Formats: sequence, structure tokens, C-alpha cells
Amino acid sequence: MTVADLPTPKLTAKDFKTDQEVRWCPGCGDYAILAAVQGFMPELGVARENIAIVSGIGCSSRFPYYMNTYGMHSIHGRAPAIATGLAVARQDLSVWVITGDGDALSIGGNHLIHALRRNVELKILLFNNQIYGLTKGQFSPTSEMGKITKSSPMGSLDAPFNPVSLALGAEATFVARTMDSDRKHLTSVLRAAAEHKGSALVEIYQNCNIFNDGAFDVLKDPETRDEFGIKLEHGQPIRWGGQGQHGIVRNERTGHLDVVDDVTDENAGRLLVHDVHADDPSVAFALSRLQDASLARTPFGVFRDVDRPAYGALVADQLQRAAETQGAGGTEDALASLIAGGDTWTVGA
Amino acid sequence: MAKQVQQLERVVIRFAGDSGDGMQLTGDRFTAETASFGNDLSTLPNFPAEIRAPAGTLPGVSSFQLHFADRDIMTPGDAPDVLVAMNPAALKANLKDLPKGALVIVNTDEFTKRNLAKVGWDANPLEDDTLDGWNVRRIPLTSLTVKAVEGLSITKKEAERAKNMYALGLLSWLYNRPTEGTVTFLERKFGRKPEILEANVAAFRAGHAYGETTEDFAVSYEVKPAPMPAGTYRNITGNLALAYGLVAAAQRSGLPLFLGAYPITPASDILHELSKHKRFGVTTFQAEDEIAGVGAALGASFGGALGVTTTSGPGVVLKGETIGLAVMQELPLVIVDVQRGGPSTGLPTKTEQADLLLAMFGRNGESPVAVVAPRSPSDCFDAAIEACRIALQFRTPVFLLSDGYLANGSEPWHLPDVATLPDLHVEFATEPNREDGAFWPYLRDPETLARPWAVPGTPGLEHRLGGIEKADGSGEISYDPANHDLMVRTRQAKIDGIARFIEPLEVDDPGRESGEGARVLVLGWGSTYGPIGAAVRRARREGHKVAQAHLRHLNPFPANTAEVLKGYDRVLVPEMNLGQLSLLLRAKYLVDVTPYNQVRGLPFRAVELAEVITGLVEEVEKADANEGALR
Repeated sequence: MTVADLPTPKLTAKDFKTDQEVRWCPGCGDYAILAAVQGFMPELGVARENIAIVSGIGCSSRFPYYMNTYGMHSIHGRAPAIATGLAVARQDLSVWVITGDGDALSIGGNHLIHALRRNVELKILLFNNQIYGLTKGQFSPTSEMGKITKSSPMGSLDAPFNPVSLALGAEATFVARTMDSDRKHLTSVLRAAAEHKGSALVEIYQNCNIFNDGAFDVLKDPETRDEFGIKLEHGQPIRWGGQGQHGIVRNERTGHLDVVDDVTDENAGRLLVHDVHADDPSVAFALSRLQDASLARTPFGVFRDVDRPAYGALVADQLQRAAETQGAGGTEDALASLIAGGDTWTVGA
Repeated sequence: MAKQVQQLERVVIRFAGDSGDGMQLTGDRFTAETASFGNDLSTLPNFPAEIRAPAGTLPGVSSFQLHFADRDIMTPGDAPDVLVAMNPAALKANLKDLPKGALVIVNTDEFTKRNLAKVGWDANPLEDDTLDGWNVRRIPLTSLTVKAVEGLSITKKEAERAKNMYALGLLSWLYNRPTEGTVTFLERKFGRKPEILEANVAAFRAGHAYGETTEDFAVSYEVKPAPMPAGTYRNITGNLALAYGLVAAAQRSGLPLFLGAYPITPASDILHELSKHKRFGVTTFQAEDEIAGVGAALGASFGGALGVTTTSGPGVVLKGETIGLAVMQELPLVIVDVQRGGPSTGLPTKTEQADLLLAMFGRNGESPVAVVAPRSPSDCFDAAIEACRIALQFRTPVFLLSDGYLANGSEPWHLPDVATLPDLHVEFATEPNREDGAFWPYLRDPETLARPWAVPGTPGLEHRLGGIEKADGSGEISYDPANHDLMVRTRQAKIDGIARFIEPLEVDDPGRESGEGARVLVLGWGSTYGPIGAAVRRARREGHKVAQAHLRHLNPFPANTAEVLKGYDRVLVPEMNLGQLSLLLRAKYLVDVTPYNQVRGLPFRAVELAEVITGLVEEVEKADANEGALR
């Protein structure tokens, strides 16, 4: 038996914990997400040292300190830009971005959409609690209109972003939504995101029990969750409600998605079948628009998962192609001929 | 009968025309001909920020000035000896710079009523006494060009566009420049459009022949090659040299170069140039904004690349927060600031050196960085390597302060032997650095105070960086007051300590050795080196004793700076700002200096600087005399 035959020590959730004291408010949804990510990371099959987690600023962005991988807690909104540089320079790494609704969609909105349209190999986990937590309770870009906060005593006038719609609008190749408290679903979505080549945006509804407690209760409460939440599954007709009595059909005339509230065995055949691999993002976008301000008809799961060349791989291809067609740099001769350019003259001794 | 050839030591030519007239191309070609002939030279392109300002108007004037000589020169020249004016606007905009007696070649075809009115001339200056005292040659360049390309199947407009080549041909004859290079160049440029190529070559040759045959020019001139040290030379602009310096630094460090940048004048050419060199492992990332440009560069540095961002002043302002993060994380990062006129959008295509204090202090908190500045176009190569050396060795952001004058100006460059470029090899951390097997990312090298650079992918060294204050050594988050005080001082000490790893400030003071040294020192930084050097020479030629020193390192200053400053009665500090270096010197060394400041979007004129220097020297001597009288 050689060393190579020895089984690689299998990592566990414990291996991804650091000795840092976790400093989120007791009861914060971030704990559940951290536990799920730590529990899921060993499944990735990637060595700890090859994982890098980059975050911006906000409660969620403390995340890298609690993960025993390489990490960077950076500056407000800029994590996707910084992570882009890292992912492009280091194709061998698995790069994750942890961000919040204020971080990703307000100050960092520009970087987010550009990382998504480029399809950089980043797994972006957007913790959405619809409030500014770290700055103590102002409305965020996902807060509902009319939200009363410290900075909006008469109600917020800003129309909110729907992060899933935004990501699909930026033509992200992977977009999903999940919930902090549903560990099984969260883990399954993380797994799908990790398997995706290119940018993956995962919106995670996360409860801020200090400034916006219960924002997602209708999606968690056993009394209402089946009525409000729609679990999307690839290849399955889109149905929800306790008995699957609600469903979606596509209006043949307008192309809109219509809700059917009395799905029966007879009309079930007309229901829209969810296709995450549809190249055209318009149905996925329409699904993201089903939701209303009360969170009624909130789809969960993977909205879109399509193949498109990833940015870093394209960059690497160009570097390789240049070396193949023009000859590799890296030698003194190559450098000397570069700096000499075409037109030189020589002065004799 | 062969025409007479008269020898000259040096000539300053300015080509001026409308933005669409191809004056930059004409100037570039004349420069290339001059360079291949072996003259020393220095150029100053000057163009509007608009892509095409309204044709024929004063804001639309584009010019290119070239100074060439049979000796070592340092500036593009104070005032042109020759002005080529392609239209009334070009004449009007440049006449004020032109000393009486200078040769003025005007394209008479463009002096129409309409064009004259555009620049507010009621009468034609070619027909009244406006140009009295200048040596004017009235030549219908456009119609001569059209005639020269007759028979070619091109439009009239295309024919007229070749008039810049006609002018170039004429000037090439007048100054006995070699012409083969221009023909080869045109073949390369217009190879795919044979008719256009033919027209340009015909116009160029016709211009040359016109000089030979016309009675307008009885004499042509020759400026002999300049004696230069043996070796291979090329002509180079600052932006190009800077780009090459970055490629060379990456190669000498063994690290891939990662440029994160957003287009901005006058820095964009560095992005363009580096984009061509992927075979050298150079990745260029054209980011969505300035912030993403520097962010991606920092991310790449975290991953073990040589992270660089190139920009100009307004971009630096946007990058400030990320540079602060790099200061806190103590990662290598090179920030190239090709300075331009400010504030705000300012004068995008004009030069200035007013970002020194921005580079020094333009971040929140105590946030020290190293600052390096090139002194000439070709020096941008060495300065870029030096900036990378400091960034890599000390794990710090480094500012490289070029400017618009260096960026676009050119000069001959004695090509370096690449084998002798400095070794910038970096040792990444590979092992835990604590006895208990832990890795502390902020345990420092006692010599340099640099922290270990452990890159992702290294087993056992997993760690987290961030912008929140670090505990000394372990790098954990720390709000401990004493720790913050220690870390602020340590980061400062690290930058200050770089002074022990840089060359001392060298003073050029010819009389010093024999005890006959100067009492006035002229101290500069950056692109003012040329004008200061030329001015110092002038002053010395007039018999004045004056010393010159030029700072490459602005932060930290070289270790002997105080000693140098205190060695002179007066220190003159010329800058293209309102006294930023003066402020730093006074604050740091508690010695007075004499600022001399101009912020005109143009380099200093050596003649003016020489007057200031001479005045100061005389003042010192007069003070001596008074003191003697009192005794």
C-alpha cells in the first residue's frame, strides 16, 4: 500500500469552522446559513485551501471570518469586483461571494450586474433581509414601498428590487432563491450553484430578528407557507397549495403566466413545466414576477441554470492562444524584442 | 543648381492644424524620421479633448511640437522656430508662441473668408501687416496636394486629406530627413487601400519635390546626429515605456501581471498596449468602473498576481477606498496615475502634477503608501519597475505618478539589457510561522516590516484579511486601542523604512568637489526634470553656479534629503501645481524652500525657469554683498 492509496481524510463541517467568536445577534438567520454552508462545504470535494470567500460590508459580510478557508472581508459593495480579479487570476480556486441586499443591490449594484453578465466563476450568496442591519435599521433596496424605518418615518418611497428579476435581467446563467430556515432546500440549491460553471446568484431570504423580524413568516408558517410559496423543480409542472390546487399556465394569446386556482386532473396537462435549462430567460423572468408585495406566490428553487462560457475560462483561453500563435513570452529574448519594437537604430562605440 | 545646405544645432518645429488634419500623425512621422537620423529629440503633442471640435475653430486646433538637436536636449523647446499652420485657426492659436523671425508656413487655400470669420479675423492676415516680422511662406498646400494626386480614382475629399503628407514631405526636404521610413509606414498603414496609399505617397513625394524646386526655399537645413552613448535606441512615449516596464517587472518577479483598469485620458494607452501582450501572461480587465478596476487588481494580488491599476486623477479619487483596503491588508498593488489638469474633469488632455498630495493623503485614516515618479518618457520604464519592486518587497500599494506630458511626449531611449534588470523575485509563504503550527499573516520581516504573502491554494495557511483593524501578528480583528496605535505606527514605519532600500538623492553640483559649490539648489520631481535641467544648463552657461536634484521617490523621501536641503542657502522647487512638494518638504524638514509654480496645462518653458533661477542666484549674491557691507 502506498501513500496514494490511503484514503484522503474526509473533511467535516467542523473543519470549516474557525476559532472566531461568531458575532451575530442571537436568533439571526445568518447562523442557520453559516451552519448550512459549513455542513455543505465538505460535499464540494474541494480542499479548504482552494476555497476563497470574499464579502463586502454588512452583517452577512462577517461570514468569511467564520469559515476556515481563505477569505477577504472587503469594502462595501465591491466584493464581486474583487472576487472577479481573484477568480480570473486563479482559475484553480472555488470563489464564493457573501453579500447582503444593501451591499449587493445598493452600493454594489453596478459590480453585481457586471459580474453576472460576464459570467465570472463566482458563487454569489445574497442574504436578503429587506433591511439595513449593520447601520441599524434603515430601509434597503429590497424593502417594500411604504416601509416605516428610522430613515423613512412616513414610509419608504423607493420601489424595491426583486433580486431574482434583476439577476435574470443581467442574463445571469444561474439564479435561485432559498430560505435561511429551510436547511434541506438551502443545501440543495447550494449544491446546484456549486455544480454550475460560471456565475451563480443565490438569493437567501434571511430573517433580521432585530430590525425586520418576521419579514418572511408567511413563507415559513405552516398555516400559510403552502399558499404563499412555490417550490420550483426542474421537469415538474409548477403547482402549489396544500393539495397542489394552484398552478401556472402560459396564456397562448399573450404569453403571460396565468394562475389557475382549481387545478384538476383534467386541466393539469396544461400546466407550465419548469425548465431551468431554457435558453430564453423570459419564462424564468415571468416566474420571478409572480410574487407580489405581500410575498404571495413566491417561487423558491432554481429559476435558471444554463451553459454559457465562463469569463475566466475565456480569459485563460486568450492567454493560451496568444502564447501559441505569437510564441510564449517569459524569456529574456522575448522581452528584449518586445521593448525594442520595430524601429531601432544603433550608435556605434 | 543644388541648393545650399545650412548647418543648425537645433530646431523646434510645430505642426498645427484642425483636429481632422492629421497633425499628430504628421508629427509622429517627422519624429520617427528624426529619430532614425540619430538626432536627440523631445516632443510635445497638444490636442483638444473633443474627438472632433468644430472644424476650423480655435478649440479644434491640434498641434505637435518637436525639438531635435545635434546634442543632448531635455525639452520639446520653449518656442517654435518653425510653425506649419494648416488653417487660420492654427495660425491664430499659435502665433503668440512664435518669436519674431520664425519661419511660418501657411496653407493659403484655407484662408477663406468663412474660415477667417470662424476665428474672428475680419481681414486676411496674409494680406495685411499681421505677420510683419515673421518669415512667412504662403503655400497653397491643399490645391498642390490635389494636383499631385490627379488621375487617381479617389474623391476630392480624400485627395485633400493627403495635404498633411504634402506638408510632411516639404518639411522632410527642408530639414534633410530620411524619407524611406515614412513610405514604409504608409505602405503598412494603407496597404489594404491601394488608391489611398498611392495618394499619400504621391503627396509626400510632391511636397518633398516642391521644396527642391520652388524658389520659396533657397536653403535647406541639416541638424547633425547627436553624439550618444553606443547602443541600440528607439523613440518611445511615456505610456509605452510604462507599459513595457510593467511587463518587464512581471517577468522579473515571475508573477503574472493583472491590470484592472477603466479607460481615462491620458492613461488609456497603457491599457491598450498591455492588452496586446497576452503572450507574456498579461491579463487586462476592462472593468465597469474605476472602483472595479482597482478592486479586481487587488483581488488578483490576493491571489498572487502582480496587481496593477492605471488611471488618471479623477479615477484615483474613486479608487481611494480600495487603496485604503490594500494598505490595511498589506498587499502589493501598483496604482499608476497619469496626472492631468484638474480639479474634477479639469483639462483631460493637458498635463499637470497636482495629484501628489492626493497620492500621499487622499484616503481616510492614517493610510501611508509609497510614491514614485518618472522624470522623462523613457524613464517611465525604470520607474514602473521600481514601483513594482517596492510594492512586492514591502507588500504595499505604490503610486506611480506619471503625467500627460510624459504619457504622450517622446524621446530616444537607450534600450536596456533586459538581463540586468533588477530581480524582483518574491517568496510566498509556504509554511506555518508559529511554533504551534499556526500561520500568522501579520508576523513581519524585521528588516522590511513586510508581512508574509500567503496565497490561496497553500495548505495550512488559510487566513482571512479585511479592512477592519488587525491584531498585531495574528491579524485577527482587533478594537484594542493600544493595538490600533501600534498598527498605525507600524504601517507608517514600514513605509518610512523603505528609505533604507532606495538610492540616495543625487545632486548635480559641478563645483561641489572643489569647494566651489552652488548656493542655490533646484529640486524637482516628475516630468519637470527636462525643463529644469535645460534651465539649469542655461543658467550655468551664463556663469551662474546652481545645483540640481530630482526626486524619484516622493514617499518616503531618500534618507539624505534633509542633508541635501540643508546644504544650500536657497532651494527652488518648481512644480506644475501650487506648491505640493514645497509643502511636504517644509513640513517634514522644517526648512524653507522657494516654490515656483505654474498650472497652465503645459510643461514649464526652460527660458522662464532659467530667469527664475538666475534671479534667485543673484538675490543670494546680493544678500552676501549687503551682509559684507554691514560687517
